Amino acid sequence: MQEHTIAWKGPGLTRIPFALYSDAATARAEQQRIFRGPTWNYLCLEAELPEGGSFRTTFVGETPVVVVKDDDGEVYAFENRCAHRGALIALERSGKAESFQCVYHAWSYNRQGDLTGVAFEKGVKGQGGMPPQFCKEEHGPRKLRIAVFCGLVFGSFDDEVPPIDEYLGPQICERIERVLHKPVEVIGRFTQALPNNWKLYVENVKDSYHASLLHLFFTTFEINRLSQKGGVIVDESGGHHVSFSMIDPAAADASYKEQGLRSDTENYRLKDPSLLAGFAEYDDGITLQILSVFPGFILQQIQNCLAVRQVLPKGLDRSELNWTYLGYADDTPEQRTVRLKQANLVGPAGFISMEDGAVGGFVQRGIAGARELDAVVEMGGDGAASGEGRATEASVRGFWKAYRARMEA
Amino acid sequence: MAVDLLAIAAFNAAYAHAIDSEALEQWPGFFTARCHYRITHVENEREGLPAGIVYADSRAMLEDRIAALREANIYERHRYRHLLGLPLVDSASADGAVARTPFMVARIMHTGQAELFATGAYRDRFVVEQGRLLLAERVAVCDSTVTDTLMALPL
Ligand code: FES
Ligand SMILES: [Fe+2]
Repeated sequence: MQEHTIAWKGPGLTRIPFALYSDAATARAEQQRIFRGPTWNYLCLEAELPEGGSFRTTFVGETPVVVVKDDDGEVYAFENRCAHRGALIALERSGKAESFQCVYHAWSYNRQGDLTGVAFEKGVKGQGGMPPQFCKEEHGPRKLRIAVFCGLVFGSFDDEVPPIDEYLGPQICERIERVLHKPVEVIGRFTQALPNNWKLYVENVKDSYHASLLHLFFTTFEINRLSQKGGVIVDESGGHHVSFSMIDPAAADASYKEQGLRSDTENYRLKDPSLLAGFAEYDDGITLQILSVFPGFILQQIQNCLAVRQVLPKGLDRSELNWTYLGYADDTPEQRTVRLKQANLVGPAGFISMEDGAVGGFVQRGIAGARELDAVVEMGGDGAASGEGRATEASVRGFWKAYRARMEA
Repeated sequence: MAVDLLAIAAFNAAYAHAIDSEALEQWPGFFTARCHYRITHVENEREGLPAGIVYADSRAMLEDRIAALREANIYERHRYRHLLGLPLVDSASADGAVARTPFMVARIMHTGQAELFATGAYRDRFVVEQGRLLLAERVAVCDSTVTDTLMALPL
């Protein structure tokens, strides 16, 4: 099927060919085997579809999709592509619709994605029209299977994909439930344009090794240090992960001093520390939890800053990161303000996230002309198993384990 | 002092100059001590969603942002060029004004490349404190909902 133009050096997960981040044939195969294959792709929050007729448009990989709630309370999704000549069916990012009508030749669809009307189907004054055997039921945009888990709406193009809780596995389910245990409200949406291949961003999210080395804010303000109590969970498939830690001033140690790191400085302090002043929200003491679901979904708890992120490829060396910032529906005004302030850490201008966007570009530019070379992903060994330490690239290797399985590479 | 179109336009010119000439330490001084500064985009504004790409409710937070750029954050060197339109003054009195000013901001990277980076409008509330015009609130509402990862300098 797929021509393997890219050579993996051996069956392992520690040498990643740089060619994977800029290869057109690979990108085409990813659309087919990953995004349109047996994976669950995040579409939107159920909270964003409050009533019958509420819809949002989004993407699964590069494929445009409409997600809509019908009056039966169920969520449906179908390709945002007219069965006639392929125009987009829904043009707005969100809205409310009785039904959908393509602007090009006015073919119409119901909320479940069935083709219900063809303009002048019988012709005009006995002239033209569709052939008598044309059957609307046989035409329509492809429909997705839908799974809603803790208010997260996932879609899949594949009929063989396992049920969502099986796909996620018990540990990931539990860690999603931990954050999405009560109704949420969207408090803002931002799209961050990334100057790199989508996989470089997914790797960055899973790379618990870099966080306190690159991000001075994490280290100096002790939001996230490798010496803190915490761990990395990698699921059976390798594709999903959780990295978590807890701020515990009593456990401060000298390991960063000894390394003489740029990211650890005593002289750097905030004039308005309310930026980082949070409140205890979960009784397990975990103050940071970053969770990812293969291929491109992330759920974030950085102190009280909650968000979901959707990674979408936009060409070989471009991707988009859709941030949806969340609060709980029962937040007090003070709690809401804390979330708004802590959001300064994330997004396109975030004290932390800006740097993640920048390094993705540094890698993409750095690997130009190095198609035959590989990245070295050996921190913490060659496995992709859960563990207590975070000075490891285990979850990055996990991503490649799932990726190679899906791509049969 | 009389707060009028000319006073606001002159204020904006000085504000843009401070950023574009990389005198970033001056930037917080254009705001009152308790202030609101936010960068958002038209869709969030339309839906009344309160979060910002940058969100501050004190001048000290603005000072912290500049200090972070100078000392903490990793990003590539670049400059901005602000082109500000004429303020549309909604109301003005001796002690303040409410106005909107359209902006276009080009980003000039250290590689030499210049590109249009952001367009939008400031939604402003000015007050007069000790004879000086200051921003009590500036919300930079961007037209595009997609923001390049490197929004380091203030708009
Ligand atoms: S393309 Fe949609 S009706 Fe013709
Ligand atoms: Fe990071």
